[in-house]
Amino acid sequence: MSADIPESMPHGTETSPAVQQQPAESGARRAVSRRDFLKKTGLLAAGILTPAVALEVIFGLKGAGAAQAEGLATAAKTTPHWQFLVDTNKCVGCGFCVKACKLENEIPYTLNASRTWVERHVITKDGESHVDSPHAGQYGFTEPEIDLGEGKTLAIAPEDISKAFFVPKLCNQCNHPPCVQVCPVGATYKSPDGVVLVDRKWCIGCGYCVNACPYGARFFHPKYHTAEKCTFCEHRISKGLKPACVQACAFGARQIGDQNDPADPVAEVVATRRVEVLKAEFGTDPQCFYLGMDAEVR
Amino acid sequence: MVHGEIWTIKELWVLPNEYIIWAIQIVMYPFMTGLVAGSFVLSSLYHVFGIKKLEGIARFALVFSFALLPGALIPLLLHLQHPERSINVMMTPHFTSAIAAFGIVFSCYFAIVAAEIWFLYRRHFIDHSRYLQSLGKDRTFGQRVLQLVHTILTLGSFETSEESMRKDHKAIKLLASAGIPVALFLHGYAGFIFGSVKANALWLTPLMPVIFIVSAVVSGISLCLLSYIIVSEVRSRRGRRRLGKGKLKGAAPSVDISVIKMTSKFLLIFLATAVSLELLDLVFRGYTALNSWRILKDALYVRDFRNIFILQYGLGAFVPLVMLLLPRLTLRRTVVATLLVLWGVLMMRYNVVIGGQSFSQTFAGYMHYKLPVIPYDVERLKEGLVGALIVFSFPMLLFYIYSKVFPVFPRQPHSPD
Ligand code: SF4
Ligand code: SF4
Repeated sequence: MSADIPESMPHGTETSPAVQQQPAESGARRAVSRRDFLKKTGLLAAGILTPAVALEVIFGLKGAGAAQAEGLATAAKTTPHWQFLVDTNKCVGCGFCVKACKLENEIPYTLNASRTWVERHVITKDGESHVDSPHAGQYGFTEPEIDLGEGKTLAIAPEDISKAFFVPKLCNQCNHPPCVQVCPVGATYKSPDGVVLVDRKWCIGCGYCVNACPYGARFFHPKYHTAEKCTFCEHRISKGLKPACVQACAFGARQIGDQNDPADPVAEVVATRRVEVLKAEFGTDPQCFYLGMDAEVR
Repeated sequence: MVHGEIWTIKELWVLPNEYIIWAIQIVMYPFMTGLVAGSFVLSSLYHVFGIKKLEGIARFALVFSFALLPGALIPLLLHLQHPERSINVMMTPHFTSAIAAFGIVFSCYFAIVAAEIWFLYRRHFIDHSRYLQSLGKDRTFGQRVLQLVHTILTLGSFETSEESMRKDHKAIKLLASAGIPVALFLHGYAGFIFGSVKANALWLTPLMPVIFIVSAVVSGISLCLLSYIIVSEVRSRRGRRRLGKGKLKGAAPSVDISVIKMTSKFLLIFLATAVSLELLDLVFRGYTALNSWRILKDALYVRDFRNIFILQYGLGAFVPLVMLLLPRLTLRRTVVATLLVLWGVLMMRYNVVIGGQSFSQTFAGYMHYKLPVIPYDVERLKEGLVGALIVFSFPMLLFYIYSKVFPVFPRQPHSPD
């Protein structure tokens, strides 16, 4: 249905150039990491015998980083805590959001990875679940056949289908992010507004976070060769704009809100309606909430 | 191309960003650290527990462990997307990460092994430096260089009284004991790196560090045994050739079979333990049959059957186990058995690292790994067959160089070859 979107599509007029996003990110990080560095040099000696992880696990002590993040949060009461709401009932699988995201965040259309993607779930009457996301769904789902990889497809007769729907996915900006936990250099971190960011100037490219994310939200940027992920368009939301995908979705399937704002309609939905999160069993406390979720979705 | 796409083939429902991110170098990393830890433990069996029969192999194993150390470091550097930033791990270690302590543990271990070697060879450095000096003006250029090297290595301590030798001995014992936990930690925590990834159904098990440690010891002992046999054989043959037939008296003795038998007993114990632990893990997963089992059973029993049950357990564990258990152990049989054991441990690392990434987090798709063989570009060079071979052969070269300075076999004083 969306085969011929012009390549320059949903790029909002008020959009800041995508390149500006990272310096802002890493600037903030720099200040932290320099302060951190002095602290940590002191900690280093003590840390040799008692890694903070052990202390935290055994005594429930908070590491310097966590304490600092808490301090920042209390210092500014107005700091937002971003939450994302996906209404799968509204998604038509057009893939505009994926295109908008790639354009906004310098991810080539041709790259077989994406900060956000749309999945098509087709459940047949025999109870089998068939899922695909060709090109992360960026060109929409124009073919009725399910993409099986390696150039193979599967045709499903419409009368065999018991239900079918689309599920947009992105980084869940987890409140207990395993990706942050495993980063050996602290290059990826949870910022006070709840968004998990990566410092492109500090990441060593070990890939530990990529493997540690239970949602497949991470990959390596083809140009910077650092871990790459959805940031809820931090550079936009911190200026009062909407993330590119939210803005591009004509159906309102994607929305963003601030948990700390009592008047926020999205936060209200999350607080008062029955919402789902993905893979709750991992204990990551995801901050992307879903309406109309199905047990088949993993 | 996104990183990992070169060697990943996706099948069925795999998330768009999922690729095999940890490739062959991350197979090499635990394999090489395993060899390091294992050979150190072997040498400590003599130095700490005084298992006399291992005397012949103890020095050998220690120097080998030292030579293997870079083998634990290079794969990581080759794997990193930004190796030039690797120092960040020391600058801002983030201790909630299992990798963060790597720099510290590695340096500690390096220091311990270096110190132990120094105490072990201090007397040799002194004697050798004095001997080379005594040759006077007739010394060749090579001998002059060697003399300088040996003199520097004494670090200015020329004390050879009995008292000081006793102290050296004490220090060695202390360092060897301290080294065991550090070596095991160095490797156990390589297991922890995997075992703690909750996003990965195959890796997530507290048994992982234990399995890694035991198989490390297995691989370390095998490699030491194998190279000990090879080096001893080469030496004795060379010696025989040099002296001519009939004048066997002064030649280096060929392999001491009692050393081999003793060492292979230890190998057997550790090998049996390793296999039991791994099988326990497998049985447990099948029995509890959590959600992930639906894909794991297919990945383990169908898709990776050849790699796991034939190449790893069959060829790499069962066959050598039988070979070592049969009576009248011969040298040739030991060589074949140790080669197979090494192969089995390498396959185990491969099946854990690559196997763990061979299925999707959706539990509905698979990823196949294609090892890049021909290095068309840097990525295929670094994380391909060539890169892996470099990682494996570099320590062997280093061992050769080290053995020029640290004689790994007892030899007559003042008769350098
Ligand atoms: S979804 Fe993945 S990348 Fe995003 S915060 Fe959670 S663990 Fe990290
Ligand atoms: S790839 Fe980068 S951000 Fe991810 S864990 Fe490694 S250093 Fe941290």
